[in-house]
Amino acid sequence: MTAVTDEILTFDEAMEKYDPVLGFEVHVELNTRTKMFSSAPNAFGDVPNTNVTPVDLGLPGVLPVVNGVAVESAIKIGLALNCRIAEKCYFARKNYFYPDTPKNFQTSQFEDPIAYDGSIDIELADGTVFTVEIERAHMEEDAGKLTHMGGSTGRIQGAEFSLVDYNRAGVPLIEIVTKPIVGAGSRAPELAKAYVAAIREIVKNLGVSDARMERGNVRCDANVSLKPKGQEKFGTRTETKNVNSLRAVEHAVRYEIQRHAAVLDSGTPILQETRHWHEDTRSTTSGRPKSDADDYRYFPEPDLVPVVTNEAWIEKLRAELPEPPAERRKRLQADWGYSDAEFRDVVNAGVMSSIEDTVAAGVSAAVARKWWMGEISRRAKLADVEPAELGVTPELIVELNALIESGKINDKLSRDVLDGVLAGEGTPAEVVEKRGLAVVSDDGPLLEAIDGALAAQPDVADKIRGGKVQAVGAIVGGVMKATRGQADAGRVRELILQRLGVEG
Amino acid sequence: MTDLIHLSADALARKLASREVSAVEATQAHLDRIDAVDGAINAFLHVNTREALLVAAGVDKARADGDTLHPLAGVPIAVKDLIVTKGQPTTAGSKILEGWQSPYDATVVRRLRAARMPILGKTNLDEFAMGSSTEHSAFGPTRNPWDLDRIPGGSGGGSAAAVAAFEAPLALGTDTGGSIRQPGAVTGTVGVKPTYGGVSRYGAIAMASSLDQIGPVSRTVLDSALLHEVIGGHDLHDSTSLTDPVGALVEAARLGQVEGMRIGVIKELQGEGYQAGVLTRFSESLELLRSAGAEIVEVSCPNFRYALGAYYLIMPSEASSNLAKYDGVRFGLRVVPDGAPTIERVMGATRAAGFGDEVKRRIILGTYALSAGYYDAYYGSAQKVRTLIQRDFAAAFEQADVLISPTAPTTAFKLGEKLDDPLAMYLNDVATIPANLAGVPGLSLPGGLADEDGLPVGVQLLAPARQDARLYRVGAVLESLLEETWGGPLLAKAPEITQIAGGK
Repeated sequence: MTAVTDEILTFDEAMEKYDPVLGFEVHVELNTRTKMFSSAPNAFGDVPNTNVTPVDLGLPGVLPVVNGVAVESAIKIGLALNCRIAEKCYFARKNYFYPDTPKNFQTSQFEDPIAYDGSIDIELADGTVFTVEIERAHMEEDAGKLTHMGGSTGRIQGAEFSLVDYNRAGVPLIEIVTKPIVGAGSRAPELAKAYVAAIREIVKNLGVSDARMERGNVRCDANVSLKPKGQEKFGTRTETKNVNSLRAVEHAVRYEIQRHAAVLDSGTPILQETRHWHEDTRSTTSGRPKSDADDYRYFPEPDLVPVVTNEAWIEKLRAELPEPPAERRKRLQADWGYSDAEFRDVVNAGVMSSIEDTVAAGVSAAVARKWWMGEISRRAKLADVEPAELGVTPELIVELNALIESGKINDKLSRDVLDGVLAGEGTPAEVVEKRGLAVVSDDGPLLEAIDGALAAQPDVADKIRGGKVQAVGAIVGGVMKATRGQADAGRVRELILQRLGVEG
Repeated sequence: MTDLIHLSADALARKLASREVSAVEATQAHLDRIDAVDGAINAFLHVNTREALLVAAGVDKARADGDTLHPLAGVPIAVKDLIVTKGQPTTAGSKILEGWQSPYDATVVRRLRAARMPILGKTNLDEFAMGSSTEHSAFGPTRNPWDLDRIPGGSGGGSAAAVAAFEAPLALGTDTGGSIRQPGAVTGTVGVKPTYGGVSRYGAIAMASSLDQIGPVSRTVLDSALLHEVIGGHDLHDSTSLTDPVGALVEAARLGQVEGMRIGVIKELQGEGYQAGVLTRFSESLELLRSAGAEIVEVSCPNFRYALGAYYLIMPSEASSNLAKYDGVRFGLRVVPDGAPTIERVMGATRAAGFGDEVKRRIILGTYALSAGYYDAYYGSAQKVRTLIQRDFAAAFEQADVLISPTAPTTAFKLGEKLDDPLAMYLNDVATIPANLAGVPGLSLPGGLADEDGLPVGVQLLAPARQDARLYRVGAVLESLLEETWGGPLLAKAPEITQIAGGK
C-alpha cells in the first residue's frame, strides 16, 4: 500500500468554497498496422524488442518516414471532435533524455497541430450536457516500456535495474488536449469520467484505435485546479498522470479537488507538479515539479517534410466517418421505444451494440433488452467480464426466444438451455432434446405431482379450500420442484384450484 | 600493375569491361597501395580486404559468365566512416561508437553493392564530421598527401586524402558545411555536394539533418559524375529525398560546355581573408573560362556575410538533438561510474568520456541556442538568415547560370595550427557554407598550386537546386583547360609519399 499523508477535505466541504477547473490530455494509441515512423509492426503483447527496426531503436543514421494511415486517423479524430484541420503542419522534436525514448527526443507536433479548435458535447447520467472545448489534437510517437526490477514499488526509485521494451516505441499516438473546463462544479468528477468515456467511444467508433484502457490504448492525464467561488483567475494546477480507467479518472479528480481544498484552506500555495494516482489507496502522491517553463527545446523536425492536407482529401475522410455515437444513441432509443431510464441503463451496462445486433437478428427490442439486461448481464457480473464477452450471439437469443414463444420451454428452462449451449452441447433445440428440458404439457403427470404436493402439505390445502387462494404458491412451488421446473407454472396453478374446487 | 592505381575510375572501368584487367587485380592494387602508404596518411580507419576481394572476384566471375554489369562494377571505392555499412565497423570518428557495427546498410552503400563496387574500407573524419581538418578524429589525424605536416581538410579528410594518395579511385563523402569540397580543394581532388535531397541520407550518421548531404569524391570531374549517378535518386527511407530522376550527369561531364554560359563571380567570396595564391589561381580559371566562350559576370550576395553565423547556430542546434541518442543505453560505449549509478549518471559519464571537445562544444552551443527564451533570437534568426541567403542565390541565378568562387580561402594549413582557435577553423568554410544553407549543389575542382606554398587551390562551382548537371558541364571544361596548362593532372605534381610507419 502507498502511504497516504495528505490532509483532505470532504468533497462537499471543498465544493462549498471552491470551483474546480479541469483540463485533460488524452493519449490515444492508433491501431495502424505499422508504427508512426517505421515499418515495424504495431502490435501489443509480443516478445519484448521484437517489433523493432533500426528506426525504432534510434540507431545511428536512421530517418523517420510518416505513416500515411496514421495521418488519416488523426484527421478523422480531428473531424469527429469538430476540429479545424491544418492545411499544412509540421512535426517537431521534443528533446529530453529518458531511456524509454530511443532518440532521446520524441517526434511530436508543437506549434501547429494537425487538428485544432474543436468541441464535443458530453452527456452526464441524468442527461445534462456539458460542452468541452478541444484545443488541439496532434500526432506523435509513443515511448518504449520500462520495467523497474528489484525495488518494492515498481518505480525507478529503489530499483536495482530496469528493462526496456521498445516494441511500443514509435507506436502512433494522438494527443487530445482540452481547453480549461470551467463550471462543472460538483459534477467535475463525473464529467471527467464521462469525457474520457466519450473520447474512448469516439476513437473506437472511428475504428482508429482498439481503445482498450487496460492496455494503455487510451491514457488520461487529468489537470485539476481550484479557484475560490466567485474568483475569475485560475488557481495553480496539478497534473495527475496516466489515470488509466474510467473509474480512476473520476476518483482521481475527486481526490485532487479534496486535497487542493485542504491545502488552500491551510493557506499554503498549491505546488505545480505532476501527481501519481494509486488505485489501492485511491489517492495521489507527488511526482516531479512541473512548470510551464519545462524546456523541451522544441524545434521543427528537419528529417520530415510538412504534412499538407487539402479540401478534397479532408472531405473524403469526412464522408467516411461513421455515425457519431451520440447521434446513434438518439436514433436507437427512438427506434426501440425505451424510456430514458431504460436506455441509460442499457448504455451504462455496455450492451447497446449487442441489443442493436440482436434486434437486427430478428427479435423485438423488448425481448433483446430482457435478455441483455437480465440473464446475460447477471452472468457477466458473476464472471466479471463484459456482457458481450460471454459468447452469447444474437442468433442464439433469437433461437431461445422462438422456443419460448412456441411454448416449448419457459423462461426458467431457457437459462438451462443457455447453459447447455455455452457448454458446447449444441444448438438450443439439441440441448432441449439432450437434457430433456421441454415443458411438461401433459396434465396427467402434472395432476400426479399436484396430488403429491397437496398430500405433503394438507394444512395449506385446507387454507386454500377455506378461501385463502394466495396460499396456492406453496403448492405450485412443490409441483415445480417435483417436475424439476419443467412445468408451466400458470397451468399448474389452474389445475390445483380445479382440484380443490376453488375459483381462481 | 602499379599504374592501375593512377587510372581514373572511368579509365579503370573501361579496362575492366574489356577484361584487360580483372577486378581482383584492380582491388588488390589499391589494397597494396593502402598497405604501403596509409601508415603515413592515416586515411583509413578500417580496411575491408576480405570482402572487397570477394566482391571483386564475384565481378570477375560474372563478367566471365557474360553477365550484364554496371559500368562501375569492380571499381573499388572508399566510404567515409560516417556512413553505416554492414560487416564493417562504423565509428563516425568517435570513441562513443568504437567497435559498433551497423545491422543495416546506408542506402548509398546498398547502391554501391548493387553496382558491385568493392568497398575498400572506411575513411577517417573529424568526429561526427565536426571539423575542417580531420584533427578532431578520435583515431588520430589524417595527413595531406601533398605535405604530411599539413591537414587534408575536413571533415572528409580521409576520403579526400585516400583519393589524392591513389589509395582509391573514388570515395564517398558527406558535406554539411563544406566537408566534401574543402578537403577536395586542399588535396587537389574533386568533390561534389549534390542538391539537398538528391542523394538519400538514410544511413549517413546525422550531424545537421537540414544541411547534410552525401556526395562523390574523385580525381576527375567525370569520375564524380559516374559515382553521383550510382548513388543519386529517390529513396523511400528518406522523406527529404527528391523524387526527380538523378539526371544525365555523366553525359554532361563527357560533353562539357561553357560557350554562351554566364558564370557569376560572387563578389562577397573573395578579397579580404583569401590567400593571394588562391586568388591568383582563381583569376586564371576565370580567364580560361572566358577564353572558352563563357561570359563572366559579377554577382552580389550581400547576405552571405551572415552565413557563417547562421550556420553555427542551425548546425549545432540540430546536432545537439541528433547526438542525444549516444547515451550508452542501446549501443556503443557505456561508462558506468562508481558508486550507485543512476541512468542519468551513466548517460552523463558515457557522453563525457565518449565525445571529444569539438563535439561537446557544438552540443552545448546548440542546446543553448534552442533553449526557451533564446530560441527566437538564435535559432529563429538563423532560419531567417537562411531564407535571405536562399533569396541571394535566387537573385544571383537570375544573372548567371552557375556561380564561381574559391572553394576555401587558404591552402592546407599545418596540423595543430588552428586546433586551439575554433573561430579560425570555422572561417575555412566561409565559401562552402552558403550552398548548404540554401540546398544548392556545389563542386570543387583543383585550380592549381598557390605560388607561395606550392599547395593545391580549389575552385568552387555552384548551380541552382536540381541543376547539378551544370556543375559537371562547366567543371569538365575548366578541368581540361587547366590540365592543358599544367600538362597533365595536378596530382601528377604531388610528391612521392615517404613512408612514416611500417604500413597497416
